[in-house]
Amino acid sequence: MIRTTVIAALAALGISATPAGAAGGDGHVEDVAFSFEGVFGSYDANQLQRGLKVYTEVCASCHGLEHVPFRTLADVGGPHFTEAEARAYAAQSFEVFDPELDDLRPAKPTDHFPESVVPSAPDLSLMAKARAGFHGPYGTGLNQLFKGMGGPEYIASVITGYTGNQKTEAGATLYENEAFPGGWIAMAPPLEDGLVEFDDGHANDLHHMAEDVAAFLMWTAEPKMMARKQAGLVGVIFLILLALLLFLSNKTLWAAIKDRKRET
Amino acid sequence: MAGIPHDSYEPKSAAAKWFHSRLPVLGLLHATLTIPTPKNLNWWWIWGIVLTFCLALQIATGIVLAMHYTPHVDLAFASIEHIMRNVNGGHMIRYLHMNGASLFFFAVYLHIFRSLYYGSYKEPREITWIIGILIYVLMMGTAFMGYVLPWGQMSFWGATVITGLFGAIPFVGESIQTWLLGGPAVDNATLNRFFSLHYLLPFVIAGLVVVHIWAFHTTGNNNPTGVEVRRDSKEIAARDTVPFWPYYVMKDLFALAVILAVFFAIVGFMPNYLGHPDNYIEANPLATPAHIVPEWYFLPFYAILRAFTADVWVVMFADWITGGVVNAKFFGVLAMFGAIAVMALTPWLDTSSTRSGRYRPSFKWWFWLLAADFVVLTWCGAQPAEWPYSTISLIATAYWFAYFLVILPLLGVVERTEEEPESIEADFDAAHDEASAPAPAE
Repeated sequence: MIRTTVIAALAALGISATPAGAAGGDGHVEDVAFSFEGVFGSYDANQLQRGLKVYTEVCASCHGLEHVPFRTLADVGGPHFTEAEARAYAAQSFEVFDPELDDLRPAKPTDHFPESVVPSAPDLSLMAKARAGFHGPYGTGLNQLFKGMGGPEYIASVITGYTGNQKTEAGATLYENEAFPGGWIAMAPPLEDGLVEFDDGHANDLHHMAEDVAAFLMWTAEPKMMARKQAGLVGVIFLILLALLLFLSNKTLWAAIKDRKRET
Repeated sequence: MAGIPHDSYEPKSAAAKWFHSRLPVLGLLHATLTIPTPKNLNWWWIWGIVLTFCLALQIATGIVLAMHYTPHVDLAFASIEHIMRNVNGGHMIRYLHMNGASLFFFAVYLHIFRSLYYGSYKEPREITWIIGILIYVLMMGTAFMGYVLPWGQMSFWGATVITGLFGAIPFVGESIQTWLLGGPAVDNATLNRFFSLHYLLPFVIAGLVVVHIWAFHTTGNNNPTGVEVRRDSKEIAARDTVPFWPYYVMKDLFALAVILAVFFAIVGFMPNYLGHPDNYIEANPLATPAHIVPEWYFLPFYAILRAFTADVWVVMFADWITGGVVNAKFFGVLAMFGAIAVMALTPWLDTSSTRSGRYRPSFKWWFWLLAADFVVLTWCGAQPAEWPYSTISLIATAYWFAYFLVILPLLGVVERTEEEPESIEADFDAAHDEASAPAPAE
């Protein structure tokens, strides 16, 4: 829907503070045909598993996933590991702070992923939903509606959108990025061809990895998407049938009222 | 006001007689369900049932959500994610509640515009109309406070902007703002009281809905012709009406099922489409989002709020004549509340003796222009406050006020209206003849 702004008005009304940074126009986002788009689309468990690997080996060195419990890695409609695999993954990949031990210990399935290591790196749990707003001419959201474009496209485009230029501003290095609104991002290019090796030998060039990790982050943001679509579909089918029956009942019921007049 | 003559409830069994002589609640239920209803109501009359359903849906889903939600600035955002991830069915309940608000407002706008077209606000239904406007205002308050509860970026900054409106009131504004927020800024005290009120207000709305229905059950429904049901006798009244049960119950349920099919498609397949993505970022008082936009259903009035900037001559004049008390900010706030206030006054602003817009040839044009104006205002509310949107907002706002304050009073005097049908029965029969007997007898 509507993504556009009102900063000037708020400033004119003296209500809000000045925005933190002037938005330099929305960046360019490429459409990706993700498997989970559309009414019948579903997550590709293999892709989510690859995305998890990219996240663990690359993203997790700065970012966190504080809302995501490890046990959900075994969920149907998600990465769909076995419970034993999810348990082993949590224990091997992450340590969490345990206040009872007053020390770090290997993560258990009931723990959540750790928070961001670098304070300025945003938590990624919901990023695929929080960045869904860039798609469509004039903020209409039409691309979101008709092409299914949203947060995952944005994430993949940011990861692959570096031009190679960089500049230093107020002591911080900024990297030019075609997808990032404003054009300059503080995150250094995180991925490059072949950075992560997949166990099944799946293609690991920059674009494939970017799509895999974007799909994984869509799942962390919306882990119940499959259940939701199924409930929606059942609901719609049931309601259409109900509407049909009610239509026929209504027609029969009113026929008598409409005929009464002709008899007189 | 004498009601439409019809059969009253007669308890049949001994148990029903025993109960009825002690508490006539079955009679009340009977009278409510069998109320004689004009038989020519068209599809614009279905929104009442949709709105009733929405209120029930919001209360039912809201009560469950409140069982799992934590109204604390450090925990609220995470508790919503807890609902979305760990509570059984929590994601569906929350999405139904989120989108239920949108359906609620969509339905209420169509319901209001139906009343405006068919003159449902006119004598003797002024009280029904005023209570309806009160319900609408309470809905706005409830929806606004509900949007703050997830404690996302738009929650926080929306709350900051809207409560800031009260700060625009001269002299006492800042004190009122502090009192409303429970402190100098939107914080934990604000979140707690918004949660408390968000839980309370729907029940106040439910009470007002009962009064709303009571009022129009006293006067009888309006109908597309605006001609009253003939009340000379039970037999004559019965020629204009059908009992609400089963005729309109069935028709309304069919319409509700169709609308809910679309609603479920939105909830199931695009539940976040109508929301703002920034609300999936936890509230941060130190980072103002680049885009602060209210929910779509507030946009028309948000556009009116922003239309009056300091360079508009009316504002400059008001500023000058009041010695700066009414500045641009306060003027905008007055305009926004005034836009709703003029709607409430419609029964007395519309001077026409013809009730339904169907028989008012000029009125029709002005009405549809108002409907288009409302859409334009919605669109403007979402655009940046810069040229050309500022000018379009101003023109659209001017038309909004002109419709209620100038056009409606004048039209009643100058317009030549068409002849109304002599009765609801005549209208119903004419429509039915047209549909079922295309070949007229020679």
